[in-house]
Amino acid sequence: MIEVNNIHKSFGDAHILKGISTVFETGKTNLIIGQSGSGKTVLLKCLLGLFSPEEGSIVYDGQKYSELSSKDQRNLRQDMGMVFQGSALFDGMTVAGNVMFPLEMFTKLAKSEMEDRVNIVLKRVNLVDADHKYPSEISGGMQKRVAIARAIVMNPQYLFCDEPNSGLDPKTAIIIDNLIKEITEEYNITTVINTHDMNSVMEIGEKIIFLKDGLKEWEGTKHEIFKTDNQAVTSFVYSSELFKKVRQMYLEERN
Amino acid sequence: MKYLADIGGYGIMIVEVFKKPTKWRIMKTLILKEIDELIYGSLGILIFISFFIGAVVSIQTAMNLTSDFIPKNLIGFATRQSIILEFAPTFCSIIMAGKVGSFITSSIGTMRVTEQIDALEVMGVNALNYLVFPKIIAMMMYPFIIAIAMYVGIFGGWFAGVFGGFITSADFVEGVTMDFIPFHVTYSFIKTFVFAFLLATIPSYHGFYMKGGALEVGKASTTSFVWTSIIIVITNYVLTQLLLT
Repeated sequence: MIEVNNIHKSFGDAHILKGISTVFETGKTNLIIGQSGSGKTVLLKCLLGLFSPEEGSIVYDGQKYSELSSKDQRNLRQDMGMVFQGSALFDGMTVAGNVMFPLEMFTKLAKSEMEDRVNIVLKRVNLVDADHKYPSEISGGMQKRVAIARAIVMNPQYLFCDEPNSGLDPKTAIIIDNLIKEITEEYNITTVINTHDMNSVMEIGEKIIFLKDGLKEWEGTKHEIFKTDNQAVTSFVYSSELFKKVRQMYLEERN
Repeated sequence: MKYLADIGGYGIMIVEVFKKPTKWRIMKTLILKEIDELIYGSLGILIFISFFIGAVVSIQTAMNLTSDFIPKNLIGFATRQSIILEFAPTFCSIIMAGKVGSFITSSIGTMRVTEQIDALEVMGVNALNYLVFPKIIAMMMYPFIIAIAMYVGIFGGWFAGVFGGFITSADFVEGVTMDFIPFHVTYSFIKTFVFAFLLATIPSYHGFYMKGGALEVGKASTTSFVWTSIIIVITNYVLTQLLLT
């Protein structure tokens, strides 16, 4: 579980996060949504420890990040997995090399043990046959799956995903969404996903936080988002005719 | 003001490079890979350039010896001095700023643009140590290729002088061995070590701290080449003043 308590973050005169408090629950897919410039990426980078908030605190299962020694912060970071928007795979390494990288850097496992672990996670993301290929030789969806495999290879407690299905076709996007949800439940990890994709919200949004102008405007589940009257949420989530109809059908069904 | 910030940023980067080292098992592989790319990969172009620079120096010296009172062996002497003191260490370093420098900036810059550096940092890896330290160590091999460039340059001078009909082989060799001051080679290698450090770190700085997209990677490579060349030329002057006067 990650507790975010009243965090503020500025860059020069720009006050990006203006006091956000929330809880990201373990074993659930927690989604951060909001328009571009609402502070989603900055919040995610604060959660990752890449940015330090000027005020407030982030607590990871009882450990306040700002109060940890730099060694403990590094150790905590090794409990975090990250799936970047562009996958961020290392070009010069094969798929297996990319997934093995955290194991080589941070464990003392023998080569054969590392290979076994890599095979397990590649099998989990259905990529066993691509282990010898380079990132440039595989599709965008496969790259995302490699990024997920690399993020979970160290058995992290926290998984962060920045726009995990951007640039993917709808079918592959659903596969990636479901894969993240299954992994979250299977490994019982705290997953935080930064997304613009309303399909993801409807599919896997067990907890949704809506940001607007650096503030938390709304939070709830994928069921609650259908029922909310919050003007900012409805104008963002139901901006397309399709989602308006989906919402209408959902509400009619419930009534 | 921006220049001061860059100088400060460069200093901080150098300190960070030596902090929290990467596992030796991984670092060893990275260093060997960088030696292959930065040093071995530059050998061909430096040999090619050195040969022709030596040849041109020899011909130009020969063309300027208009008086019969000036001995012909001066061609060998001038070629040796020019190649050892200046052309091999400095001219080759400017070439390397273009070849190796832009490669370093663009490869690190591309990693920045594609979030690969963020990925390293999120994992808790000291990205500067992982990316820049192996380049610094690999570039410490740079004096070896400069030594080869010196030999090839002088050979190019001999080749152009003898086969161009400007001097006999014996006169050229006599000129090359005449009044040899061993400290000139030491001076040249001191310069080369300093240039090697600059060649590894200035382009890394421009790549690591760049912002933007693919276009900015190209701009950063150009800026890196310009600044590496400028710093090499200024350092060359300072070291020459300190060591030879």
